[in-house]
Amino acid sequence: MTPPSYYVALSAVLFAIGVLGVLIRRDPLIIFMSIELMLNAANLALVAFGRAHGGAEGQALALFVMAVAAAEVAVGLAIIVSIFQLRRRLSVDELSVMRG
Amino acid sequence: MEIPGFVLLAVLVVGSALGVILLRNPIHSALFLTINLAGVAALYLMLKAQFLALIQVIVYAGAIAVLFVFAIMVLIPGKEETGPDPLHAQRWLAVPLVGVLLLEVLLIFRSGAFQPAPPAGAAMGVEPLYRLLLTDFLFPFEVTSVLLLAALVGVMALTRKKAS
Repeated sequence: MTPPSYYVALSAVLFAIGVLGVLIRRDPLIIFMSIELMLNAANLALVAFGRAHGGAEGQALALFVMAVAAAEVAVGLAIIVSIFQLRRRLSVDELSVMRG
Repeated sequence: MEIPGFVLLAVLVVGSALGVILLRNPIHSALFLTINLAGVAALYLMLKAQFLALIQVIVYAGAIAVLFVFAIMVLIPGKEETGPDPLHAQRWLAVPLVGVLLLEVLLIFRSGAFQPAPPAGAAMGVEPLYRLLLTDFLFPFEVTSVLLLAALVGVMALTRKKAS
């Protein structure tokens, strides 16, 4: 059996890649995908910890994270589409004011 | 024995994650994101979390990937990143900063704060999970349904045409 620490290290690498994506990209859609990468990395760590612990609590937490991520993607994409309809441009550096 | 499979999946997952953040075309990023999510589902299977692997494929690799592709098709973005970059110097600063972050996280994991105990029971199938969800985690479970309903209503309110 692969030691759970391997999975945790892999999830750390995935999380770092997600952070890098948020920092270096300007397209809000790609930033959003990077956030999904980070949520997935957290889920992988939760499941690996749960496996090391021997219970199902880690899996239950990961399930809740997935539900929250699904809701977040739906609302976030709706906001991005609304911003695009309002401005016809899509770059996070220009979205520095809250009012339309 | 499982280690070659794990290494293969790890390479696939990390490579597709790099593809997500490095490719210019958002549709390619969405495809690599789908590969990444499916790879993580396979990792869940290796961790004996069968139910989560199924949900990962259905919710993430199915629904969320379709949502992303749909949004990309509606927006057709990707033109903005070719313009002049006002924050060019700061963007290159991100790479060493993320390196430091990764180093920190790995150091914490190696420092002994995470000492895996040997798995107590081998019963890691679906049954302990749903037993837990419907007993100890019943309240969060129900709150999740309220959250999904709120997201549904919120999306409808955000995207409907304004009555003028």
